[in-house]
Amino acid sequence: MIAYLVTFIMALLLYLVFSAGSGTLWLWSPSELLAGVLLALLTAAVAGKVLCRGKDYRMANPVRLLILPVYLLGPFFIEVTRANLDVAYRVITGKIRPGIIRVPSGMRTDLGAFLLANSITLTPGTITVDIGEETNDLFVHNINVPEGWETRSSVEARKLFWLANIPAWIRRIAE
Amino acid sequence: MIAEFLVVACLVIGTTFNCLGIIGLLRFPDVYTRMHATTKMTTFGSVFTALSVIIYGASQFIGTGDGQYITLSLHTVLAALALAVTNAIGSHAIARGAHRSGIMPAQAVIDRLAEVPP
Repeated sequence: MIAYLVTFIMALLLYLVFSAGSGTLWLWSPSELLAGVLLALLTAAVAGKVLCRGKDYRMANPVRLLILPVYLLGPFFIEVTRANLDVAYRVITGKIRPGIIRVPSGMRTDLGAFLLANSITLTPGTITVDIGEETNDLFVHNINVPEGWETRSSVEARKLFWLANIPAWIRRIAE
Repeated sequence: MIAEFLVVACLVIGTTFNCLGIIGLLRFPDVYTRMHATTKMTTFGSVFTALSVIIYGASQFIGTGDGQYITLSLHTVLAALALAVTNAIGSHAIARGAHRSGIMPAQAVIDRLAEVPP
């Protein structure tokens, strides 16, 4: 039951975002609202069991869903901007020191490891090349490996970023 | 007036980063370092060009109250989000595929992935 409800609410919200600005009832026209409710009901009936087959409704918590945009626009955007300027400097000067290092993610869930790997990949200068299936260790290609890191067997995820504690933010969202 | 200035500033930042990404594609030695330049910097640049569209739509909506401008802004937000997510997953897939098919990073000081069995 809860799986169908979660799917219904998510589908309706997405439809409302897509059709905003179509009329005068706040931002929507009545026919769009009716069509949205009907289509969301259909989506929930067809896809509810498939989309929520994990039986894990941690991410249905609205607080976690609200932290996600705060994280994306705040600490993550600052990190991406800083890393872009760093890579722009390396494009112009050509000073690179590439290498693949091992980073233990420290995440207990798949979603946490997924979010951390994507955050690392979207930050310029670091790409997640592979994930160890059992250990959730990330193998990160770094465009500029700092001096001394090539002798260490693994590097903490926190050290890949500059100011913000990205792994702590992701734990707040996903775990 | 302020909105116009912000729109132009975002466009300039976006196109500058896109240009730098293309220069990086030509300069760097191998597939991984080239991906740093092209996938990430062009995403950042495209997010800024999308941001200029969002600011334009929002300012027009405040000025005229016409609903189509808020539709434009919201659709651009969704496009930027989709771009960011697919870019991260796509570049991860390309890097993993390259390493599995035996392309080793050039000039690498360390390669921990080559030490573990696949």
